[in-house]
Amino acid sequence: MPAFRRTVSGALLAIGVIAIAVWVLAPYAWLIVSSISTKIDLLSVPLRWIPPHPTLDNYRSLFDDGQSALSQGMSFFSRSLLNSIEITFSSMAACMFFGVFTAYAVARLSFPGRKASLLLLMSSYMMPPIAIVIPGYFILKHLGLLDTQVGLILVDVTFILPLVVWIMRGFFLSIPLELEEAARIDGSSRLGALLRIILPLSAPGLVSAAVFCFIASWNEYLYAFLYTSMQARTLPVLIGEFTTKVGTDYLRMAAAGVVASLPPVALALVFQRFLIRGLTEGAVKG
Amino acid sequence: MRLRSPGFLTIDEPRRLGITLVLPSMIIVFGFLLFPFCYSLVLSLLNYDLARPQDNGFVGLRNYGRLLQDRYFLNAVVQTAVFSSVSVVLEILLGVGIALVMNRDFPGRSLLRALIIIPWALPSIVNASMWSWILNANYGALNALLTQVGLLHAYKPWIAEPGWAMATLILANVWKETPFTVILVLAALQGVPKELREAAVVDGAGAVRRFFAITLPMIAQIVMICALLQMIWSLLHTFELVYVVTRGGPFNSTDIIPMRIYWQTFKGLRFGYGAAMAYLAALALLVPSLFYIRSAYRATVE
Repeated sequence: MPAFRRTVSGALLAIGVIAIAVWVLAPYAWLIVSSISTKIDLLSVPLRWIPPHPTLDNYRSLFDDGQSALSQGMSFFSRSLLNSIEITFSSMAACMFFGVFTAYAVARLSFPGRKASLLLLMSSYMMPPIAIVIPGYFILKHLGLLDTQVGLILVDVTFILPLVVWIMRGFFLSIPLELEEAARIDGSSRLGALLRIILPLSAPGLVSAAVFCFIASWNEYLYAFLYTSMQARTLPVLIGEFTTKVGTDYLRMAAAGVVASLPPVALALVFQRFLIRGLTEGAVKG
Repeated sequence: MRLRSPGFLTIDEPRRLGITLVLPSMIIVFGFLLFPFCYSLVLSLLNYDLARPQDNGFVGLRNYGRLLQDRYFLNAVVQTAVFSSVSVVLEILLGVGIALVMNRDFPGRSLLRALIIIPWALPSIVNASMWSWILNANYGALNALLTQVGLLHAYKPWIAEPGWAMATLILANVWKETPFTVILVLAALQGVPKELREAAVVDGAGAVRRFFAITLPMIAQIVMICALLQMIWSLLHTFELVYVVTRGGPFNSTDIIPMRIYWQTFKGLRFGYGAAMAYLAALALLVPSLFYIRSAYRATVE
């Protein structure tokens, strides 16, 4: 009987694993299949799951949409892609720079206002973006930063910075104090010790924080949707327009969706270990 | 003597250095997070209607009073509660279940562990657009699949029927958010000693008994944190899914609070009223948030 029970539990496990794999992969796989299908094949009933005439036309049409006169000599898609890249990397650089120093200070130094700053950073979790979005709109308008890359970078930094501080602080706390003290006895300043001793040892934390920054900024929709239009429109905003504007274009949505999802998905797959450590270390939602 | 470099690099006294390093971040977070949050409170006390600017001015708590009688807002409260609570329950049950299966030994385990992160990493707008396409009434993959396996006789306009619209939105949300639970619970499961489980097997404890007596107590804390984070997240950050897939319809059956705020402010141009709505929602969120902050603060600071 034990042998029988083992076979049954093995079969149940196999069914469970296959069900999980299908559940996780099928929707995304369908997006990829749609992106390389022709319109006629996709709109056929009954639907065929393997595209009979695979094509890259949907991707090609993203780069050549005949709108270059309106969009600084590029297609709408190229313009958004470039905006997304520039905004994401700038936000990431700014968040990492300010975040690392702040995290070091709250992890290692005692100064008046340390607890208050930690609380201020953590309270950013309970700020509903939708409550900040309205005054944020007026502030950006007042500064003349609506529909500019700088405006969106500022906004992105605001909500990503606390995340970086939180993750890096966890990593800094896990580094033995003695290492830093040894460096200081050798004549190094505190910041010297941070740059030469602590940062190299926290490399996994830096990777983790940087990947979180990238994904958070790259994927951000609400602020970009409300604060940008033709000039600084990011990729998520453009994808939203493919599905919400008149004449829904699912083929281009699928192609643009695949392109937009490649960087975060690839980064998450490659740096998974770091991300999981960051998630558990910082207990953040990302 | 050490070489002195200019600026803040030379500060070494912890009090001054600490303040110098923290100040820029605090200014950014204060300026674009806390200040707008307070600004919002002021807005919520004003009649600030861009469509009828002649009536603008201070109105005290009148916006809040109107909100409590606004049946669209009250409907949004109900829809938000349904959407978030059902989502979170499913994200936790399904997430723990998947994590338990994935904690077993099977061929391809590390591959599946890697792939599970895909929905989490996907931009939420791509998730929303993808599901809007899958749920399409005439050509969607869900209709095609269900009719081809014989579960459905005719294509169904999922998002045109109130009950189904909410159910499919929850499906799309749960698909994207469950991996977060799985990842955290899997990490916690690694901490459950194998010997403990084996000893229980020797003692003749069944799988269900083992789960409730050994595994669950050891992952309970992380499951609680997950549930709180998922709750806060689904209440605060669900906008694009609803905006893209149903736009709050049909008949306001999926009209969650962020959608309502969006309509009132950016479409209706009633900024004061929208801000009051956002503020009331934020106050309701204070409870789960404070719980989370307290537990996180305790766990890491004290």
